[in-house]
Amino acid sequence: MLESFFPILILFLLATITPAVMLILPKILAKRESDPVKDAPYECGIPAEGDARERFPIKFYLIAILFLLFDIEAVFLYPWAVIYRKLGVFGLVEMVVFIVILLIGYLYVIKKGALRWQ
Amino acid sequence: MISLPIINFSVIYPEIIILVTAIAVLIADLFIKGDRRAPISLIALAGIIMAAFAIHAQWGANVSGFSGAIIVDNYALLFKYIFLVGALLTLFLSVWYLQREELFSGEYFFFILISIVGMMILSSSNELITAFLGLEIMSIPLYLLAGFDKGKLRSNEAALKYLLMGAFASGFLIYGIAFIYGSMGTTNFDEIVRALSSDSLDTDPLILIGISMIVIGFAFKTAFVPFHSWVPDVYTGAPTPVTAFFSIAPKAAGFAILFRLLTVAFSPIFVNLSTMLWVLAVLTMSVGNLIALTQRNIKRMLAYSSIAHAGYILVSLAIGTSKGTEAGLFYLLAYTAMNAGAFGMVILLGHKGEDDLTISSYGGLSRRHPVAAATMSLFMFSLAGIPPTAGFIGKFNIFSNAISAGFIWLAIIGVINSVISVYYYLRVIITMYMKPEADSVTTVTYPPSLLVAIILAAWGTLHIGLFPNGWLLFIRESVVGLYQAL
Repeated sequence: MLESFFPILILFLLATITPAVMLILPKILAKRESDPVKDAPYECGIPAEGDARERFPIKFYLIAILFLLFDIEAVFLYPWAVIYRKLGVFGLVEMVVFIVILLIGYLYVIKKGALRWQ
Repeated sequence: MISLPIINFSVIYPEIIILVTAIAVLIADLFIKGDRRAPISLIALAGIIMAAFAIHAQWGANVSGFSGAIIVDNYALLFKYIFLVGALLTLFLSVWYLQREELFSGEYFFFILISIVGMMILSSSNELITAFLGLEIMSIPLYLLAGFDKGKLRSNEAALKYLLMGAFASGFLIYGIAFIYGSMGTTNFDEIVRALSSDSLDTDPLILIGISMIVIGFAFKTAFVPFHSWVPDVYTGAPTPVTAFFSIAPKAAGFAILFRLLTVAFSPIFVNLSTMLWVLAVLTMSVGNLIALTQRNIKRMLAYSSIAHAGYILVSLAIGTSKGTEAGLFYLLAYTAMNAGAFGMVILLGHKGEDDLTISSYGGLSRRHPVAAATMSLFMFSLAGIPPTAGFIGKFNIFSNAISAGFIWLAIIGVINSVISVYYYLRVIITMYMKPEADSVTTVTYPPSLLVAIILAAWGTLHIGLFPNGWLLFIRESVVGLYQAL
């Protein structure tokens, strides 16, 4: 039974050795010179401005959470659409109930002003 | 057509009624603004009453649905009654409180109703994954309810603490379910019984690990020692009607599934589990009562006392027979009435902001408000287990059944604990009747909705205590079907 995992073992070894070699070789071969441009996050991009750990409005968080919620719920439509014909009327009714509950949630979000950017 | 699982919505129509009511409450809240929102609670009330009638119509049924995942028997229906009574009492406790603390909103009732749906599924579940689903539907609104007083630091702390502990407990539960499925290949209770009784001689250690982890998962919700650490802070921080709800309904839900799981599904190996429950019962009773002795805050004292009461019900769970289950359910019923009443009195005697909830703030209450003091005393006597109240009959039932089942030491420890508890319950009564008057007792208003809850609770406490036979028969009728198949 364990023999069937042999290719995975080889892959595991390869995955360990390759990055190790790639990390160790430059340490031995490369020259080390550093200047401010070289140490910047993007050496050949636009110069960075400020820190990435900045405070930003909590509204982003709310929008992100709401997006996640509705996005995940929309994902449920895909498997249903794939076997729509096989499920028949029952599947349709179930999905309508689901969408209606989703719509009530959407209505709630709008009415509560969660999407208003003020 | 592909083969669908057998779905018959007719078995869960009380749940559907509550769910539709919850959504109606949410929509109503969107369109009714400001001070005219009080009728929203009436929608919730109507839904609860309709669901109670639906359960009444289902009484006596013994059907399963959703391919055996849901079972509707009298046992499940009895628990659904308890949840609905808990929700009803919470509703009456809440309305005035929410207006006083300026917290009134439709979401509050939405959370209560959704949580009740989860509990109803939990009590009806005949399969572990369904039980997990019910537990989560129940828990998530509870986390939100704990933090409902958004402006208060304590309430936020309560919500966060409850969420983290609850999520951790769910992890235990689902891991335990994985062990059970791994060792038996099924999560259905009927099939678990069959699998266990066929090879009971060499019990797989994985099964024991699995069931222990499942018990831990539910023990967090029902607050057994040593899984109780969240209880005092959450109970103190949450709004008081929410605390009342926490101490009644989720606890009953936890016991609903524990009784069915341990004494029915795992009945062939119950002997191996009994010791674990014995230890849990002794720990829960003793730690709850001993720490309650030193509490000055009334909500904190009631939190520890609710831990202790879970310990008494655990004694009946450790017995593991149908008689034990009956005693446990009877106690749960009595506990629902008396605890809701006690919290109702805390709400009645509190003031806006609730910054002073010490027991000493009740000093001299009997002189200015003799009726309020007498009612509070009734609930305290009942919690302490003094006749002629419901608490006495409940405790008597549990301990006498424990003795006749051979659990002599458990009964002795239980009675000792019961005596310890008298001290801190009587301290409230002594403060009310014998201490000098505190400033806070001078103004007490009597809002009608809150009075309804307290009168209902007082009626329950006295009626169960004075005429227990009808209630005992009612419970026997609901438990008898549970053990018939064994």
